[in-house]
Amino acid sequence: MSQAHSQSSGAPILHGAGVLREVEPAVLPRPKLVENDRSFAWITDKVMGIIEGPTPRWWWWSMAVAVFVASFTVMGLAYLVSTGTGTWGLANPVNWGWAIVNFVFWIGIGHAGTLISAILCLLRQKWRTSVNRAAEAMTIFAVVCAGLFPVFHTGRVWFALYPGFLFPFPNSNGIWPNFHSPLEWDVFAISTYGTVSALFWYVGLLPDLATARDRFFVAGRMMRAKIYGFFAMGWRGSNRHWSNYEMAYLLLAGLSTPLVLSVHTIVSFDFAVSLVPGWHTTIFPPYFVAGAIFSGFGMVLTLMLPLRSIYRMNDLITQYHIDCMCKITLATGTMVGYAYAMEFFIAWYSANPFEGFAFINRAFGHYAWAYWTMISCNVITPQLFWFRKVRENTALVWVLSIFVNVGMWFERFVITVTSLARDFLPSSWGYYSPTVVDIFTYFGTFGVFSVLFLLFVRFVPLMAVAEIKAVTPQADAHAGHGHGEAHH
Amino acid sequence: MSNNTFGLVARFDSPAAVMHAAEEVRDAGYKHWDVITPFPIHGMDAAMGLRRSLVPRFTLVGGITGFTLGMLGIWYMNAFDYPLAVGGKPMFSPMFAFPVSYELTILLSAFGTIGGMFILNRLPMHYHPVLKYDKIERVTDDEFLIVVEARDPKFTPDGARKLFQKLGAKEISDLEN
Repeated sequence: MSQAHSQSSGAPILHGAGVLREVEPAVLPRPKLVENDRSFAWITDKVMGIIEGPTPRWWWWSMAVAVFVASFTVMGLAYLVSTGTGTWGLANPVNWGWAIVNFVFWIGIGHAGTLISAILCLLRQKWRTSVNRAAEAMTIFAVVCAGLFPVFHTGRVWFALYPGFLFPFPNSNGIWPNFHSPLEWDVFAISTYGTVSALFWYVGLLPDLATARDRFFVAGRMMRAKIYGFFAMGWRGSNRHWSNYEMAYLLLAGLSTPLVLSVHTIVSFDFAVSLVPGWHTTIFPPYFVAGAIFSGFGMVLTLMLPLRSIYRMNDLITQYHIDCMCKITLATGTMVGYAYAMEFFIAWYSANPFEGFAFINRAFGHYAWAYWTMISCNVITPQLFWFRKVRENTALVWVLSIFVNVGMWFERFVITVTSLARDFLPSSWGYYSPTVVDIFTYFGTFGVFSVLFLLFVRFVPLMAVAEIKAVTPQADAHAGHGHGEAHH
Repeated sequence: MSNNTFGLVARFDSPAAVMHAAEEVRDAGYKHWDVITPFPIHGMDAAMGLRRSLVPRFTLVGGITGFTLGMLGIWYMNAFDYPLAVGGKPMFSPMFAFPVSYELTILLSAFGTIGGMFILNRLPMHYHPVLKYDKIERVTDDEFLIVVEARDPKFTPDGARKLFQKLGAKEISDLEN
């Protein structure tokens, strides 16, 4: 060693590495997850203040509008059940129409919630903590809206819930459901997804419900203290509990990750396992999952940006959070765009005339208007998120997120309807249009969703208070002690 | 100190302080004691000397049950009780039974995980002496407790109090049953 002083650092240093020793890799500043160095108590007051304060006037107005819109679903479904499924616009050859389009649309929305709560948890993306509660609530409510369609498409809906139709009980002839069918797989995928998402959400809520219980108790609001206390199950923040709780939370994240990937995979099997040109492709599972996460992040942005501004949550949902969500939207939107291109390529490369026709027909046939709406919303819109100026313009991000939602609805419409309307036999070709009942039922689901989401905003802590506290710098018990465990 | 005493409780105001105190209480040899925090503190399990959580065993049992139930159930329904011939496919194959079995694996693993967490934590438990602590609303907000229970063989009121004083507790008080 020619340089004696270099040995004092303790690491062996190669000859001639003097330059490298002087060049330090740039240390990027870690973005703050809670801005303005807010204290624990500030976070608690901010989030709990929403459920403790008086009901704001905008909430009542929004609720009134939401209930009015939801009544369209009620009317649509009541008319459907009392009259029959002929009131929907389904007719040969398009026997899958709005019901499945809307079902896939809503299920897809839910996927962002699970991505944020599970996959980002496993990837240690700490920014998830301020959006995961609301995103998971969105998941559950989206599954509720989605579930309406498969249940009600049976017409006499009591038979759907009656043993034997969907769930495995033998029917009156002793025949069990057919497990060869992807539609039966879907029943299990969706019901598992709904159940596990709700349980995951509830487990995440326990510590915050305990906080709400204690705060209402101190404020003397005993009725609320009792209700929140009942659901908090006597949570008291014991570290012996936290130890099991954190393990359970990690396992649930680990279970939800393959679950969320499987759900839209199985939804895509509804199409891919059939022999219809345009559906019978192996790219469907990954392409559906990417599309689902894309649409879900669109909806998360649509919901969270107004809440952030109404409740002045800028310190908790920072520009960094918005950047992250925009970038995921960009990434998944690009994957979706790639899948569209790849479908076309394979249609040509497979040299299958039916497959080739299905795709030419999508882009230039009677439904070209839907196809190009889809392309412009899903492929072009997210590319704007490359630009920081766009991501920092909250109003513009919100508008673009609406385009994402619209585009993804059209994607499901294009996939479902164009392939069926031009099937193998030209004599049976048709053009599908929804009826008023179809349109009412679908329009109303936005009201159903909004009613549920508004109730959530009013009565459930909007953000995971305990989790946000745990990612603040002051929560680090090793800070300044040199234990070297402070950062991952 | 009457028989009605649950233990002695000390309040701390920072994660670092309560972490350091927990290490000392652990080293003092107490067995029946606990740290109460508003959020999980990274490293506290080691500071308390806790063993790895047993929740994964419940998860495993749930998962194995779910997968077995799926495969056997589908075999029973579509191949044994009422053989169902559809599209020339076999009456039973693990291939088409897989998606449903996979979902049931996840569903029952999740039930096992959550059930296991509640069982190991003895929850729901709506009554607990700690919940009677007069500043409990601070402890689910931004402060931290260490509770040493009177049933601990090493517990003496003076010994525990001295230990807490040495550790810089902000406030020390008795906790009744």
